[in-house]
Amino acid sequence: MTDVLIVVALLLVAGAATAAVLNRDPVRQALVLSFLGLALALLFTFLQAPDVALSQLAVGSAVTPLMILLTVRKVRRRPGDGDGADQRAGRER
Amino acid sequence: MSARVRLWVFLVGAAGFAVLFAVACFGLPAFGTGHHPYGVRAVHASLSHHTANVIASVNFDLRAFDTLGEETIFFSAVLGTVVLLRRARDERRKDPEPAVVHPRVRRFALLMLPPALLVGLYVIAHGQISPGGGFQGGVVAATALHLLYIAADYRALERARPLTLYEIGEAAGEVTYVITGLAAVLAGSAFLANVLPFGTFATLSSGGTVPVLNAAVGLEVASGVVVLLARFLDQAVEIEEPGEDDGSPRGAGDGGDNGDDERERA
Repeated sequence: MTDVLIVVALLLVAGAATAAVLNRDPVRQALVLSFLGLALALLFTFLQAPDVALSQLAVGSAVTPLMILLTVRKVRRRPGDGDGADQRAGRER
Repeated sequence: MSARVRLWVFLVGAAGFAVLFAVACFGLPAFGTGHHPYGVRAVHASLSHHTANVIASVNFDLRAFDTLGEETIFFSAVLGTVVLLRRARDERRKDPEPAVVHPRVRRFALLMLPPALLVGLYVIAHGQISPGGGFQGGVVAATALHLLYIAADYRALERARPLTLYEIGEAAGEVTYVITGLAAVLAGSAFLANVLPFGTFATLSSGGTVPVLNAAVGLEVASGVVVLLARFLDQAVEIEEPGEDDGSPRGAGDGGDNGDDERERA
């Protein structure tokens, strides 16, 4: 029974990780990463490492995707389609 | 270094790693077996110190010094983020507009906030008994606080989050860990040795210094994650670069003392 669960969790992890690599949009990647964190947490639970699973759940599926989303939002707000002077000011940084 | 030399250096390094990794893998005990020499010793040591959660005993008793290093890495990482993401001279602050939240989302987030906070604190307090501990519980508690951002808006989160207090909390957590270690030296033992009475097995007060160190790490990680996310949120929601939106002149008015200004608002 445990072996089946471990295999399922491993397949989930592999699938989610591949999806994260294949996605090109950072926002989607953040969501896939969150799912990957969940799958890893399941895997660690089945491997009887609940401490690591808890860390993975909190950091991997909550904090990291949130930081990526916030970063994407900040970067997207950079001027890019404004007028010329604004663009220059943005690029100087 | 030319591309060719670089490639050779990489190939030599990769080959060396491959050999060592293969040797190490063949030396490992078989996957999923019940007996492991290190595990047996760790379980014995943790039971003799009345720590029910063997992992907590390994982290905060057998390897308390390692954990101090990890805690310091976390501390430095948050410090580095604070320095990197501080408001630059040519950026200015703009009050974010309150967003409309769907009532159902608001109700659900407000409903989840107290249990999530409680779970975080529970995981920190029970680190020596059940899975979890300072790091896990700290992250859960810190993310729980951010349900306020989802339930209401950024203003509500800022009011519930005096950032200076959390910055102090992070430093206090780190210092408490070191002081606990030094107290063991004053008691005539080694740095970070477990010198407190061990208590009754599987109760909140069991494990000697383990719950104390867990609390210190919990305080530091919870405060640290709040400070970390606050800096990211600041950048995403409030801080504007010149040329964004209305294109006002660079560094208008409040150029010089950005740090203090930020702190006052918090």
